[in-house]
Amino acid sequence: MSASSKHKNVIEVRGLRTQFDDFVVHNELDLDVRTGEIMGVVGGSGTGKSVLMRAIIGLKRPSAGTVKVFDQDFYEANEKERLSVERRWGVLFQGGALFSSLTVAQNVMAPLREHLHVEGELAKDMAALKISMVGLPAEAGSKYPSELSGGMKKRAGLARALALDPELVFLDEPTAGLDPIGAAKFDELIVNLKESLGLTVFMVTHDLDTLHAACDRVAVLAEKHVKACGTLDDVRQTDHPWIQEYFSGPRGRAALSAKAS
Amino acid sequence: MKDSPAHFDIDVDGGIMRLVVSGDWRARFLKEIDERLRDFADDSVGRDIVIDMRGVERLDTAGAMVLQRTLYACDQRTERSKIVGANEAQSALMDQIKDHLAPCHIMPLHRNAFVAMTVRLGMGVENAYKAALELLSFIGLTLVTAFRVITQPRRMRWTSTVHHMEEAGLDAIPIIGLMSFLIGAVVAFMGAKILRLFNADIFTVELVGIAVLREFGVLLTAILIAGRSGSAFTAQIGSMKIREEIDAMRVLGIDPMEALVLPRVIALVIMLPAIAFIAAVLGIIGGALVAASAMDISLALFSARFQETIIINHFWAGMIKAPFFAFVIAVIGCFQGMEVEGSAESLGQRTTLSVVQALFLVIVLDAFFAMFFLEIDF
Repeated sequence: MSASSKHKNVIEVRGLRTQFDDFVVHNELDLDVRTGEIMGVVGGSGTGKSVLMRAIIGLKRPSAGTVKVFDQDFYEANEKERLSVERRWGVLFQGGALFSSLTVAQNVMAPLREHLHVEGELAKDMAALKISMVGLPAEAGSKYPSELSGGMKKRAGLARALALDPELVFLDEPTAGLDPIGAAKFDELIVNLKESLGLTVFMVTHDLDTLHAACDRVAVLAEKHVKACGTLDDVRQTDHPWIQEYFSGPRGRAALSAKAS
Repeated sequence: MKDSPAHFDIDVDGGIMRLVVSGDWRARFLKEIDERLRDFADDSVGRDIVIDMRGVERLDTAGAMVLQRTLYACDQRTERSKIVGANEAQSALMDQIKDHLAPCHIMPLHRNAFVAMTVRLGMGVENAYKAALELLSFIGLTLVTAFRVITQPRRMRWTSTVHHMEEAGLDAIPIIGLMSFLIGAVVAFMGAKILRLFNADIFTVELVGIAVLREFGVLLTAILIAGRSGSAFTAQIGSMKIREEIDAMRVLGIDPMEALVLPRVIALVIMLPAIAFIAAVLGIIGGALVAASAMDISLALFSARFQETIIINHFWAGMIKAPFFAFVIAVIGCFQGMEVEGSAESLGQRTTLSVVQALFLVIVLDAFFAMFFLEIDF
């Protein structure tokens, strides 16, 4: 099996501090993501969920602390080490972030060409496979991103994120903006892919149903650090006003009863 | 861990093909083998096949995909075709892949090249016609909005107008001034060299004066503003269009023509003549300095000759054009911005178009003015 499964934590964040000028987003933030789990990160608006994701994938340099992915500190690594880490993860940005000048299939083929130098028929077959796996119809392959609906863009973005068979996938609000049926299908898709491909998933979300349906563990961001982390049941016990309101509010209860039924 | 690349052997065992695969079947190792595997599948269509995966060390979706593809390409769905020797994780992956083998479209379908070319030509002509009509109606709309705002001055957006006057006008002065100064100097140099042949050095004054006042000052300003602010207008309005800000304005009852277009148009119509004036002054200073340093025309002589021979008409002939140029640049910049749709690519195309069209129209207008002034002896 792959080398990463030897160590338990795929992501290790220690003492993370990020800030924009004087505004501190995170302070003394610790977080572990274990191999093979779906970690859901929740928090109120402006608690820096997306910033945390950006810090982990190397887009926002922390002002203190370390971020290790696959035992590699991305910000200390040289070009070659970075590239090898980048090949092992896939990222789905909030809006899909598809390249607008390429068709969906070409979007999926782009990382194959860049990283693996796979081209021609093999690349086309691989793109078709990924597009089918994320539940898009075959006709979607030749469409440009501007012709797609929001849900299809997310699926196409996921297909691109999965192009290199990553071990770790980052999802930024994967179900935001989808209708409940589409969102439920997306949750199911992620769980399915995780099972069949052995993925580790780091997911930023607002969606309580997604937390119930998909996530193995949940980390709650509040007051600039991880306030609670564990299974959904553990986290729900935490005595913190925001957490209580979040999980025990009307929507939290609705999601819970939906899960129970 | 040894990384031996993907490899396969073929056995025939009692009428059944055995494909014995081994090694690392991950995407990066499949490039070389994919072609041969396809050939094998083509040759073996309709035969029973057993794929023996015992030797596979690593497998990813791409590897599973090519193996499943081979299996389905060969067999006729008889019971005897199967995959053997896969471990649990591998067979789970193989099962997952099985339902997703259908090819997909990569590019939109293309028609016959000749037809496609004819269609493109036709569409180009039609689009040009439509764009011309739309541009005309946009100009009309701008004028109507302008009249409405003049009759109801309360609706004028001063803050925005002043902001654009600063951004598109004031901030452009250093670069335009410098360019104009240099152009004036260059014209003087060229003139001096040739006029000296005729012993007519002193006509450098007229050359610089007339060229800069009538044409260069205002034309140079218009060209730089078209590149600098016309494109900025398109990009600003275009990205607002992409983010649906324009639609948001409409439903809030804010007229985008009034809030976005008119302030920009007014700002340029006020500022371009002012900058053109500064440009003309600096151009003449550039010419005068060259005349003083490279020829025997002192600054005093230059100024005396200038006052004597350059009639005020030259100045007005230049300045009168400035607001027209400004109007064209601003309207085209805003128009192209409003035409942006959807993608970042469209924004890029429109920005390019905006600058090209603005420059083209500025120069066409300039030619018309030149003919007009010639006819009326201005």
